[in-house]
Amino acid sequence: MDEIVKMIGLKNNCTFCGVFRRQALDRGAALLKVDKVATGHNADDIAETVLLNILRGDIARLSRCTSITTGEDGPIPRCKPFKYTYEKEIVMYAYFKKLDYFSTECIYSPNAYRGFAREFIKDLERIRPRAILDIIKSGENFRISTSTKMPEQGTCERCGYISSQKWCKACVLLEGLNRGLPKLGIGRSRGLNSDVKKDIKQGGGTESIESKQCGSLDF
Amino acid sequence: MQLTLEFGGGLELLCESVKVHNVNVDLPKGVDKLTMRNLLSWVRTNLIKERPEMFMKGESVRPGVLVLVNDCDWELCGQLETTLEEKVVVVFISTLHGG
Repeated sequence: MDEIVKMIGLKNNCTFCGVFRRQALDRGAALLKVDKVATGHNADDIAETVLLNILRGDIARLSRCTSITTGEDGPIPRCKPFKYTYEKEIVMYAYFKKLDYFSTECIYSPNAYRGFAREFIKDLERIRPRAILDIIKSGENFRISTSTKMPEQGTCERCGYISSQKWCKACVLLEGLNRGLPKLGIGRSRGLNSDVKKDIKQGGGTESIESKQCGSLDF
Repeated sequence: MQLTLEFGGGLELLCESVKVHNVNVDLPKGVDKLTMRNLLSWVRTNLIKERPEMFMKGESVRPGVLVLVNDCDWELCGQLETTLEEKVVVVFISTLHGG
């Protein structure tokens, strides 16, 4: 990430880290031939995500982010067992059971948008602790109008990973990094994928980060 | 008053990476009992060496910081008004992690 941030600056770090880490997790899981992937997302995380998606008007994510399991139709379903567990409870548990854990905060996170949602949620929790569970419940109860156009799931043309666009986000970001275009894939995607196609024709001579084919993934 | 203060969850970084502090806190003038309110302001002045906004917000701890008084959540003992006895152990744990 340090190298990536050197190229892109201190904004949109979460986009790069999140997308790459997520794909790395999925690919690693496929290599190990696991049945399921469980992540440690807790109630605070889910509530922050709901708020974040509302603030950004991301309807597609809003409809998916409160699901406790995702990808049930795919080869490796994912679940979030701690969805309703408050971060506070988890920390208390770790403290009383004397569990060893990492408590470092990402050095790039102070600039993240999520930080604002988190600050707000923490203030809410202080006044009315149930607010966190209530936000999750509201997120679960959202119903998207059937006339709203939603992205469809397909596969990435470049690597085969699941994607709602021609290229998956990781490939778009990778292309941007390799071509010295740190803003590629950032912001509203209005024909970004078509921009990428145009740029491909002019090759770059410098060392580029290879994207391996997702041969083993059958999404 | 002799007290033991512990910092965890990353807060120790604000106190020069020292997790456990055995301290002697003087009662403020005209006060016969030491409250958490007094202690917090004492800690901010004497122990927090950097980024005080990570520890406190206004009069109380920053939201997201757990406070345990003798292993009991301070919200059950009166929060800022909790009175402290000799040799009590107060633990401050930050729950804010990750990105």
